Amino acid sequence: MSHHIIEIKDLEYTYPDQTKAVKGLSLRILHGESVAIVGANGAGKSTLLSHLIGVLIPSAGTVRIGDYPLNKETLTHIRRSVGMVFQNPDDQLFMPTVFDDVAFGPLNMGLPPKETEERVMAALTTVGAVHLKDRPPYKLSGGQKRSVAIASVLSMLPDILVMDEPSDGLDPYCRRQLINLLKTFQHTKIIATHDLDLVVDLCERTVVLADGKIIADGPTLQIFTDDALLQTSHLERPLRMQGCPICNPKAD
Amino acid sequence: MFNFESRWLELRRLDELAAGDTKIHRLNPCIKIMTTAIFLIVVASFSKYEVSRLLPLFFYPVVLMNLAAVPFSIIAKRVLIALPFVVFIGIFNPLLDHTPSLQLGPLLVTNGWISFISILLRFILAISAALILVATTGMDAICSALLKMHIPRVFVIQLMFLYRYLYVLLEELFRTLTAYSLRSLRGNGLRYQVWGSLLGQLLLRTIDRAQKIYQAMLCRGFDGEIRLLRYHRLTKKDIAYVVGWSVFFLTARMVNIPQWLGALLVGRH
Repeated sequence: MSHHIIEIKDLEYTYPDQTKAVKGLSLRILHGESVAIVGANGAGKSTLLSHLIGVLIPSAGTVRIGDYPLNKETLTHIRRSVGMVFQNPDDQLFMPTVFDDVAFGPLNMGLPPKETEERVMAALTTVGAVHLKDRPPYKLSGGQKRSVAIASVLSMLPDILVMDEPSDGLDPYCRRQLINLLKTFQHTKIIATHDLDLVVDLCERTVVLADGKIIADGPTLQIFTDDALLQTSHLERPLRMQGCPICNPKAD
Repeated sequence: MFNFESRWLELRRLDELAAGDTKIHRLNPCIKIMTTAIFLIVVASFSKYEVSRLLPLFFYPVVLMNLAAVPFSIIAKRVLIALPFVVFIGIFNPLLDHTPSLQLGPLLVTNGWISFISILLRFILAISAALILVATTGMDAICSALLKMHIPRVFVIQLMFLYRYLYVLLEELFRTLTAYSLRSLRGNGLRYQVWGSLLGQLLLRTIDRAQKIYQAMLCRGFDGEIRLLRYHRLTKKDIAYVVGWSVFFLTARMVNIPQWLGALLVGRH
């Protein structure tokens, strides 16, 4: 396998209702990098992610994933190497049991049943959800659903993991477990989120989007100390970089 | 206020049951579909005024429910949901067909009533057989079996998505109704003025969600082919199952079992 470089050049996308969501965006993400995509609501984060798995096809510009340019013919290849974890796990889990759900991807890749089972068990073990395998997904808690959703993508052994708001709706304990889990992954990670503390933990590089364009791209800590930039993009410093107003009231 | 959430969970019980592992669950899905189809054809083939000879056929759903550990209440509830439609289809028979057929003391039973009851019985037999098939096989297995039986893929995929999106639709519906009942302060029921906008909303939101689920399926390599983990080979047991039931169905069709049993009990005239 070649190194999976993601290369986006002058990407533009206009929704059918004429909303221009992405306006000329270029981005290069190297193999093994962990990149956060942050920005205000409606800045184009989800649209950008949708292009990485070919849910949307660019109106203009190109997206290259590894050796393949994104187009209708290469979709199968791209979807094998890019695993997408959706914001709402309910959209992602549609089979009657957790096991079937995690097996859905590998079976579609044409793996024989035995190998599929091995992959499913491995993926469930990684996310610590083996005990849930016979449960119906819609009866799980939010944190469990998220774990299973991640397992359902891991079972396809993707090289690139794309996540939309992975910590959304998780309690602090589950969120911490998720962060610890993601830390152990060697994949190229692209995480769109508003949870900037999670970004500090997981991503060395941050891309700030505003109005469909990249307004900043650099080391996470450098971006999160640029208060003017944060303010224009509806963000604020991660809590742990703010100084505690309770322990140290005069710091303000 | 209705407890929408619990109803919704109740709805998915059929899928949970399908994940079971009994003798019936382990049978080849193609065989189960065939047996159900033969059953339906036999049920439909009885004449319009037949009532008593339909009764032995209830043996089939009852035996299956027992062997597959499908609770009676789950099947019964779903049959009840569909009942009003059949009542509407059949209710004109007693009104239009006044030919007297039987005098029970002061009560005159007309052919119209007999055919109405016959329609109801057939309906209960047919729906319960179909529900048991889903509860013991699962929609995905049924669809993949249909593909193996060379039913055109277009239809099978339609069926599969219809079933999958049915839940999406109901889930959205329950959520909308809960939101409505929380703010309407009127207890149960929907005012007719809001029906239009509510249905419109429901449609749009369902399309939205259905699209997301479809995208999630595409992202995980869905290409229209249904692949399953449990593979079924045709065994002698499967053949015995379909042959055994077919013999029973045909006997019930050809021989008047209730009359025969009655004759056996009271001695031949």
